[in-house]
Amino acid sequence: MLAVAAIILVAAAAGTGCKKKIVDPFPASGAVAGWEKTSETRVFAAKDLWQYIDGDAEQYLSAGVVSTSTSDYKYQGQLEATVDVYTMKDAAGASKILEKGQAKDAKTVPLGDAGVAYAQSVIFRKGPSLVRIVAYELTPDAQQALIELAHGVEAKL
Amino acid sequence: MKSRRDFLKTAATGAMLLGSQSKLGLAAILDPRKSKVVVARDAALHSAEGQLDEKRVADLLDRAIAAFTGRDNPVEAWKRIVPVGKVIGLKVNGMGGKPIATHLALTLAICERLRQAGVKPGEIVVWECRRGDLERAGYTISTDRNRIRVIATDMEGFGHEEQPSTFGSVRVNLARILTRECDFVISLPVLKDHDRAGVTFSLKNFYGAIQHPDQLHANACDPAIADLNRIPALRDKFRFTIGDAMASIYQGGPVFRPEHLWYPNALIVGQDPVAIDTVGWKMVERKRAEMGLPTLESTGRPTTFLSSAADATHNLGTNDPDRIQLMEI
Repeated sequence: MLAVAAIILVAAAAGTGCKKKIVDPFPASGAVAGWEKTSETRVFAAKDLWQYIDGDAEQYLSAGVVSTSTSDYKYQGQLEATVDVYTMKDAAGASKILEKGQAKDAKTVPLGDAGVAYAQSVIFRKGPSLVRIVAYELTPDAQQALIELAHGVEAKL
Repeated sequence: MKSRRDFLKTAATGAMLLGSQSKLGLAAILDPRKSKVVVARDAALHSAEGQLDEKRVADLLDRAIAAFTGRDNPVEAWKRIVPVGKVIGLKVNGMGGKPIATHLALTLAICERLRQAGVKPGEIVVWECRRGDLERAGYTISTDRNRIRVIATDMEGFGHEEQPSTFGSVRVNLARILTRECDFVISLPVLKDHDRAGVTFSLKNFYGAIQHPDQLHANACDPAIADLNRIPALRDKFRFTIGDAMASIYQGGPVFRPEHLWYPNALIVGQDPVAIDTVGWKMVERKRAEMGLPTLESTGRPTTFLSSAADATHNLGTNDPDRIQLMEI
């Protein structure tokens, strides 16, 4: 409950162009087949982002991050993953992050405005949102499962 | 033939190392003119699917320590490294999640050898800045002073010193776990690409021992990394490194980017953190080249902090390949 309230407040403070749009991009347990939400949502304002990703925060700050929310998931009780949603000032910021550091084996996927998938991760952008989903193990079905979870997030953005 | 300048450089390094070795009981073992770095590998450490064979970690650790100390008996080797009756702090790195945190299997193997070498469980402290990072990396928090403690600075009762410590460009509030709980610190860093410093390994691991690491990222963390490590409260306790290079990130670090994950399957061990970081940096550069990526310097992330750490102002070790005795096993 507190986490949702925090998301609401951050979204309102972000000034995303909507009138206090309530955004909770995290699918509840079972909303995407096989996926269980296993942690509270944590929200970091831009100035506190280093507390989550120290050493990596600056690239998001320079791209105009406003807030970041994150939650952990588990697929079929086994595969652990983390969903990070970065709310940027504008779509250009989200695009900048998405395009930076793509590996050669990036597979384009139809997610949001643009998206790529790897064996253990999916990254996409939709408007000012940049979503990164990372699995902590390599399993044969990880990529497909991550893409399905990503669609669940996309639908809530 | 050595020039006088070369001789003086060598002599200075020797003196520096002898000073630290005398506290470790390693003076009779190591060449005082060079910084010894052991890179121990086990190609079978990870499966093709990336599963770590935890049973092999202890053996790899034993091989690394044996090569470093020249003592085949692991317990005898550890007795050369750690002092008796002191609290040993193991500074792990939990950031980035389980795959690229200091592996629990490694930390457990070290704890076991410490105990066999005569260190009491209550004299071992495994620590990091954030409890959540430790837990996500698979560690179980323990505050019982009669057992091995696993604690974090953000837990109640710890926190940071109110009085800042300074050296050069840095003014930081150190973690009380470092200043008040530990006598002898072993760094257990993870080798990774770093978005600011180029590479993070032993020296930068202590960004996890201060209140605001985010304030020390300017200019590729140079000279901040060197300055931080020169603060007496840290320098006097930080005595040894067992670097976890079993899994690593060669691009997109320091957070977990599975698309840039690779398995060096190695431990990198030594007393000289500058030499260790130099060896680790070169491993990352080689991997980047193999993957067709530009050098760290050409991406605006030169590892100049290594030169600062080795300079006369800081004297934390050597980044000169000619003065690093690299032993790869």
